[in-house]
Amino acid sequence: MTRYFTQDHEWIDVSGTSGVVGITEYAQSQLGDITYVDLPSAGATVKKGDAPCVVDSVKAASDVYSPVSGTITAANDALGDAPELVNTDAEEGGWLFRIDLSDPAELDGLMDKAAYDAYVAGL
Amino acid sequence: MGDVQTTNDDEAVEPKVLTLPLDAWHRAKGGRMVEFAGYWMPVQYEGIIAEHLWTRESAGLFDVSHMGQLFISGEGVEAALEAVLPIDLSTLKPYGPRYSLLLDENGGVLDDLMVTRWNSGFYLVVNGATKWDDIGHLREHLPDEVTINHLDDSALLALQGPKAFAALERVVTGEYPLSALTFMKGGQFRIDGVEAWISRSGYTGEDGFEISIPAADAERVADLICAQPEVKPIGLGARDSLRLEAGLPLYGHDLSPDTSPVEAGLLFGINKRRRSEGGFPGAERILREIAEGTARKWVGLVLEGRQAARDGATVHLGAEQVGVVTSGGFSPSRQQPIAMAYVASAHAAPGTKLEIDVRGKRLPAEVVPTPFVPHRYYRGA
Repeated sequence: MTRYFTQDHEWIDVSGTSGVVGITEYAQSQLGDITYVDLPSAGATVKKGDAPCVVDSVKAASDVYSPVSGTITAANDALGDAPELVNTDAEEGGWLFRIDLSDPAELDGLMDKAAYDAYVAGL
Repeated sequence: MGDVQTTNDDEAVEPKVLTLPLDAWHRAKGGRMVEFAGYWMPVQYEGIIAEHLWTRESAGLFDVSHMGQLFISGEGVEAALEAVLPIDLSTLKPYGPRYSLLLDENGGVLDDLMVTRWNSGFYLVVNGATKWDDIGHLREHLPDEVTINHLDDSALLALQGPKAFAALERVVTGEYPLSALTFMKGGQFRIDGVEAWISRSGYTGEDGFEISIPAADAERVADLICAQPEVKPIGLGARDSLRLEAGLPLYGHDLSPDTSPVEAGLLFGINKRRRSEGGFPGAERILREIAEGTARKWVGLVLEGRQAARDGATVHLGAEQVGVVTSGGFSPSRQQPIAMAYVASAHAAPGTKLEIDVRGKRLPAEVVPTPFVPHRYYRGA
């Protein structure tokens, strides 16, 4: 499994053509208290850069962009009752959706952890 | 990910971001600074929900020094102010702030503000984002004999919450005790030797105080108040969620030149004598609306589920659009989304079931009486 990051503060764990997507610790800290997550439905197809998911915080609603193209295979239903999981465990238990990648070559444009950390440090 | 809608989108219009007297103090306290009304201001310290609930349970200190503090005086000031505001100054006793409205010729709202009679003139507190326009408007419409003094060397703090009195009483001295102030009364006090104008008023629905002090002493006073065990600093984020629960309008969202105070339900801002006599900007429309009613009303809505609707979301009844949301968000006290919207008067009665369009999804909502959380003002023992 390899983890990649986007400039828009999503992460994706990839094994073969299967991915798990969430937002980064930095993103959750910027959003503040998360009160609702609008999750995508399994079966939906998305293109890289689409926003299949919205994270609501007290102060704003924010799009979550899909880091890759593919088909949504599952969403993190635990967030229905406990959206705050995205605050407390953004990069593990607070994952948002699973996606079956249609074009794994899209991963080439994403950052690894070291590059993302450097990117955030420069913000 | 990216921002879709924020509750405070009046940012980014000012060319240069200014700092307030407590800028370093906020940063030292861990405040996350954002641009608001042309200033760097703390949106939160430990988190909006925690700060919100702390204010409802104990006491929160807000820096509202971005707001405009004006002192208006001179020959004929009373009649001159009545010509620009729908206020009845003949019933305004000294030292008690009163809510009023700056209206344009069509009765649209240019700003909402507080007016207090001091010994030699009137003390006004106006919104931060509108203060420069307000000063220009007043200068244009007040006669030359009337002087507008912008008290920009003063800071303004608000201490709000059920324990605000206990915390503030410990640090103030004055000719009379702090307990002499009831809701919407004010007076001159000292805090650690610093001259402080204090009124029992605020923007959260809680008991509390607004405190005007010299900017040079702001850090010392803020430190002393925050040293009280009841008090924590509170950011703009919770200020917005608290005022929304209290059903209080935010200028630029709920009020604008396109809204009239009658449809906003702010009739208390148009004093009784002025309703019969008129003679203020927009009086023709406003008096007609008072007599005949308005096509739409500003109402509270509670949404089903947890997804919030925000400023700009449209309100529907079946296929028909019947309104638009002007403020909305998740209520930390009620643990559900709430909103304020202008809704066609035919569909504005409490209990009416409506839908709000959020990103193409129709969220069920119901019209409810406001405030969403009961006011707890101190009106006397």
